[in-house]
Amino acid sequence: MYVAVKGGETAIRNAHRLLANRRRGDPSVPSLTLEQIAEQLALACDRVMSEGSVYDRDLAALAIKQARGDLIEAIFLLRAYRTTLPRFGYSEPVDTAAMQVERRISATYKDLPGGQMLGPTFDYTHRLLDPALAGDEEVEAPESHESDETPVVRVSDILAREGLIENDGVSESEEIGDLTRTPMEFPMNRDTRLQALSRGDEGFLLALGYSTQRGYARSHPFAGEIRIGEVDVEFDVPELGFTVTLGRIRVTECQMVNQFQGSSKAPPQFTRGYGLVFGQSERKAMAMALCDRALRATELGEDIVAAAQDEEFVISHSDNVQATGFVEHLKLPHYVDFQAELDLVRRMRAEHAARRDSDSDSDSAMPEAAE
Amino acid sequence: MTIHTDDGLATYNFAYLDEQTKRMIRRAILKGIAIPGYQVPFASREMPMPYGWGTGGVQVTAAVIGPDDVLKVIDQGADDTTNAVSIRNFFAKVAEVETTTDTATASIIQTRHRIPEEKLKEGQILVYQVPIPEPLRFLEPRETETRKMHALSEYGLMHVKLYEDIAKNGHIATTYAYPVKVEGRYVMDPSPTPKFDNPKMHMSDALQLFGAGREKRIYAIPPHTDVVSLDFEDYPFEVQTFVEPCALCAAHGVYLDEVILDDKGGRMFVCSDTDHCEKRREGGHRGHLAGDARETAQ
Repeated sequence: MYVAVKGGETAIRNAHRLLANRRRGDPSVPSLTLEQIAEQLALACDRVMSEGSVYDRDLAALAIKQARGDLIEAIFLLRAYRTTLPRFGYSEPVDTAAMQVERRISATYKDLPGGQMLGPTFDYTHRLLDPALAGDEEVEAPESHESDETPVVRVSDILAREGLIENDGVSESEEIGDLTRTPMEFPMNRDTRLQALSRGDEGFLLALGYSTQRGYARSHPFAGEIRIGEVDVEFDVPELGFTVTLGRIRVTECQMVNQFQGSSKAPPQFTRGYGLVFGQSERKAMAMALCDRALRATELGEDIVAAAQDEEFVISHSDNVQATGFVEHLKLPHYVDFQAELDLVRRMRAEHAARRDSDSDSDSAMPEAAE
Repeated sequence: MTIHTDDGLATYNFAYLDEQTKRMIRRAILKGIAIPGYQVPFASREMPMPYGWGTGGVQVTAAVIGPDDVLKVIDQGADDTTNAVSIRNFFAKVAEVETTTDTATASIIQTRHRIPEEKLKEGQILVYQVPIPEPLRFLEPRETETRKMHALSEYGLMHVKLYEDIAKNGHIATTYAYPVKVEGRYVMDPSPTPKFDNPKMHMSDALQLFGAGREKRIYAIPPHTDVVSLDFEDYPFEVQTFVEPCALCAAHGVYLDEVILDDKGGRMFVCSDTDHCEKRREGGHRGHLAGDARETAQ
């Protein structure tokens, strides 16, 4: 009986062997290649890179394969790898105005310089299951045109020229914070808050963003602009005295334009909510922008009335690696504490029973009072 | 010093964390030792095990462990619970240190939910895995508020909670993670150890370090520090007592786990500290079910 808890070592080994076997599945079905995952489950890779905070498509594909398609598990794998990597420094801010855009839409203007570009979107597809995809049918080559290389102006810049929208804001301190290298403290600056949101759980931010639309801290948002495309990552090398381009990354940027009546702290003008994530993840970037705007309530002098505006609540619970770890830790043995509670509950029940018995003794003496 | 894994693909630093991270954690530990019971924020890293599964303890251990250390890892007092096995294997792999189940020979003991029954000695380090480091958390969920309360020694809320327990139940209904006051200053969460273990923290010869990875806090109790469980003059702090002795080693005055034997209410009580229990049995102590259990083992 008691010895049943022995042998943890063998149990773990056997469990992991079984896991490896289940992960592989039927051996007569060919094993997935990382290229297949990176190419055909590209948006899953994007999410894993984004919330795993590592821009590496191959590693994301590996993590997804290893995690059997459990994306939070894959994100965790990537995060745990990330912490072991040496850090050379911080890149220059990416310039999304110079983005090579593949998709760019604005909900605030019918047409605008640079045009509306739908790009590879699920929007306007009819969500009908396509049986042809069960096979390996040839896919038409996409339409393409030569890019004229002129940067596409950002909607927020158009509004800013007229002074209708608040400034982009200046960083509260010289140094940009680093969420992964300094302990989190509340209240946060917007730089670290945006970092937390960018790696935050898509589902959690989606629900919170949604709640602001349904009246819990309504922020009257317009999707000023969503753009997806590639940007250069530049790194300032002190030894060289100039910046070098390390490479290009694909990002999704969302700028929400929010109506604002003005408060004691700020004049009436449009305000910003900002979202930026790795890869193509419009839902996440939009949810992030809604949450960012909601979380600026204190800064803008708005009343804090809903969960989405509560920085400590949102940021403390947005990280899915933390959340899944702590929720799932309930699987670990707790029998020492449970024993302590058992003892207490038994004692309290005994006391309760004793009290009830003495009460019913006195009750039976006065039956009228009981009725 | 680097450790190579079998396949030669990945190379990890000694004890997994890079040296800069270890220095950062050591600074937090030193600050914690300098201000006993104070929760020091630190830049907790993602570890290769999930948050909530001992990442704080693992980071503290990784920061203090050296090649000559002997490590013991327990969970629920036992060396052979799956998570203890997993963490012990982790350090055996990434730090190549000697591991043991013997409380006396260990230089570092990482624990979850228990303090060993055997009295710890000078030079030993007890590392606790802490899920929620803030003793006031369930009275006040906001970190910004609780930090203020600690700064001002504003612990009235905690006393009110304990008082309400007494008013409602006739006694304090906290059985584990029972709050203590350290060196007369900070109210501290001893981690979810049963209150049975609280007295062992007081004036301990060993250094006690607490790591909360997900909550990013480290705190410490240096050796020979005053650790007092909160109570009232007329309702003094009491630990759990067990009617029966351990069914295997006949020990009294130790913490016991209840093991269900059948579906007809049969149960036995055995030591939660497996090392302590085994040593006693080696020393010839026999509980009333010791014979049975041996047979089952074979």
